[in-house]
Amino acid sequence: MNGLPNFLPALPEIFLVLTVLGLIVYGAIKGEAESRFIGYIAVLALVVAQVLEMSLSPAHSVTFNGLFQSDRYSIYMKSLVLLGSALSLILSFDFQDHEKSERFEYPIFVLFATIGMMMMISANDLISLYVGLELQSLPLYVLAAMRRDTVKSSEAGLKYFVLGALSSGLLLYGASLLYGFTGTTEFSGLAAAFSESSGHPPLGVIFGLVFLLSGLAFKISAVPFHMWTPDVYEGAPTPVTAFFAAAPKIAAMALLVRVLVGPMGPLTAQWTQIIVFLSLASMILGSFAALNQTNIKRLMAYSSIAHVGFALVGLAAGNVDGVRGVLIYMTIYLFMTIGTFAIILNMRQHNRMVENIDDLAGLSKTHPMMAAAMAIFMFSMAGIPPLAGFFGKLYVFLAAVNAGLYTLAIIGVLTSVVGAFYYIRIIKLMYFDKPHEPIDRKVGRDNAIILTATALFILLFFIYPRPIISAATVASTSLFGGG
Amino acid sequence: MIISALAFYLFATLIVASGVMVIVSRNPVHSVLFLILAFFNGAGLFILLGAEFLAMILVVVYVGAVAVLFLFVVMMLDINFVKLREGFLNYLPVGGLIGLILLIELLMVAGGWAFSAQAVPGPGAPLSALAPDPGVSNTLAIGKLIYTHYFYLFQAAGLVLLVAMIGAITLTLRTRKGVRKQNIAHQVSVNAKDRIELKKVKIRGGV
Repeated sequence: MNGLPNFLPALPEIFLVLTVLGLIVYGAIKGEAESRFIGYIAVLALVVAQVLEMSLSPAHSVTFNGLFQSDRYSIYMKSLVLLGSALSLILSFDFQDHEKSERFEYPIFVLFATIGMMMMISANDLISLYVGLELQSLPLYVLAAMRRDTVKSSEAGLKYFVLGALSSGLLLYGASLLYGFTGTTEFSGLAAAFSESSGHPPLGVIFGLVFLLSGLAFKISAVPFHMWTPDVYEGAPTPVTAFFAAAPKIAAMALLVRVLVGPMGPLTAQWTQIIVFLSLASMILGSFAALNQTNIKRLMAYSSIAHVGFALVGLAAGNVDGVRGVLIYMTIYLFMTIGTFAIILNMRQHNRMVENIDDLAGLSKTHPMMAAAMAIFMFSMAGIPPLAGFFGKLYVFLAAVNAGLYTLAIIGVLTSVVGAFYYIRIIKLMYFDKPHEPIDRKVGRDNAIILTATALFILLFFIYPRPIISAATVASTSLFGGG
Repeated sequence: MIISALAFYLFATLIVASGVMVIVSRNPVHSVLFLILAFFNGAGLFILLGAEFLAMILVVVYVGAVAVLFLFVVMMLDINFVKLREGFLNYLPVGGLIGLILLIELLMVAGGWAFSAQAVPGPGAPLSALAPDPGVSNTLAIGKLIYTHYFYLFQAAGLVLLVAMIGAITLTLRTRKGVRKQNIAHQVSVNAKDRIELKKVKIRGGV
């Protein structure tokens, strides 16, 4: 009506959409032979989108009639997601060489899912939230079932799809209740309506909030909505699992934080108890259920559930410091996960992928560097100083203690001790047990580079943590309406 | 006035009744047919509201395309629904209890429905710029909303559909070996020489 909207805030998304549409046509004409080229272009596109995001995205902007927003928080989270997608895409190349399972659709689905994640993070309306979420989930279902000739992969895809559809239903139901009780779907309108009823929101709003949170908790796989995670992580092809653990989890966490702090900000007293419960349950189940896992991908699934629990500790604090803790935690989590999966992707014996934890036995004799990197990641996940994982936990627990959530912080520290048991068991296997069947010598070049880079990041984070911490501070204050 | 009220109750009762029948009927084909009936009644409700465009879209898209597709799928997949429902009675107590609790909670929610009346005119009126205009037809109003106000969502939904399409192809298309395809251009451009070989046959010699 009055001219075109401002496209600048959505420039990275638009760029990615145009690239992916071009790649589809190219792939359809050239066929599977050009899969690798399409993969490289996809990585390049993600890098360009990253540059666009960091250089051109405005710090405060709402566009498309209030449906889309860009702020420092979205820039930070989108950068993380783009990085996670690009790294996991690079990790997949080596795997596809070995397994001869190259499909040109793979990078295309990764790109589509990334676009969906960016739209989620930038959502400023319940409808754009939902559409972004679906655009993110749909490619993930297909990716999980990509190796349709194996039963496990098909099962993972189907399970993920059915449960994901259920969670979308819950989320939509919650959104419709919120709309019914406030008359708007826009985040700022919701926030205004909730602050009007400060203190005593009607039951329907609480009801809608609970359903909305259940839907989002499914996406971050917080207990009690975690059931799909181990099966899907185990069944999906390993590079897909790496992607699942890295990018979508961070995007869903970003969305959860955005929804709870933005429109639900006035209802903090109401949602804090839900988040505290989710966090407690995730930490406890994630730590204890991982104890007797034998498959490393299942172990990583439970470990990611526990990590989500730890990150939610920061959110439960419900203030700037807490959200900053979540951001730092998710950043470090991204590097730890990508690094660990780079090692898992190298676990092959006689050119076949192996997934048992016992297969890592004696890794220090055959691959000293890889064992050292794995030890760094495991110690970091367990939260041993001075590795990065310790600082991640430090910031969330500090925020929780300052907000008076002592019980949560204490239980968090205790479960992290339980978690340390299974992380350190892997280190014991690698360094003190005898290898019965050595892992193949060959390590892909891309994997080796990513492995080194992530391990160095985790190892040396404590020397110069300032850039990430200050960026996270800026991002979290912008979420709370400050500078 | 009274006629439209009667029509509303008729459509509403039928929609609920056919909704129940969708779940209860033993034959899946019957379920789909009841679903179609529910769609028709929904279209009737839309007409009562004066939204004739939506009513027609509902009939065309849902009855004409979606439900027929369902019917095909149900008929092609040979699923024994009686067997699927074997455990029904075992799960009934737990499921029924959860359903009952949810129902009670929902009733409590409906009891507290006083909020929306105050909130709607206040902050929550983002569409006030698009208030009903008597000079504009339904179709035009919907077009303005979808293609102008919500064009971002329209494009995004298009992407979701594209992903769904590519996903379906990726998961089902497989290249089989040994399939004989008919290539018409190839057939047309065949020369007589390629197919017929003339041979001199000696008299009394045989081939």
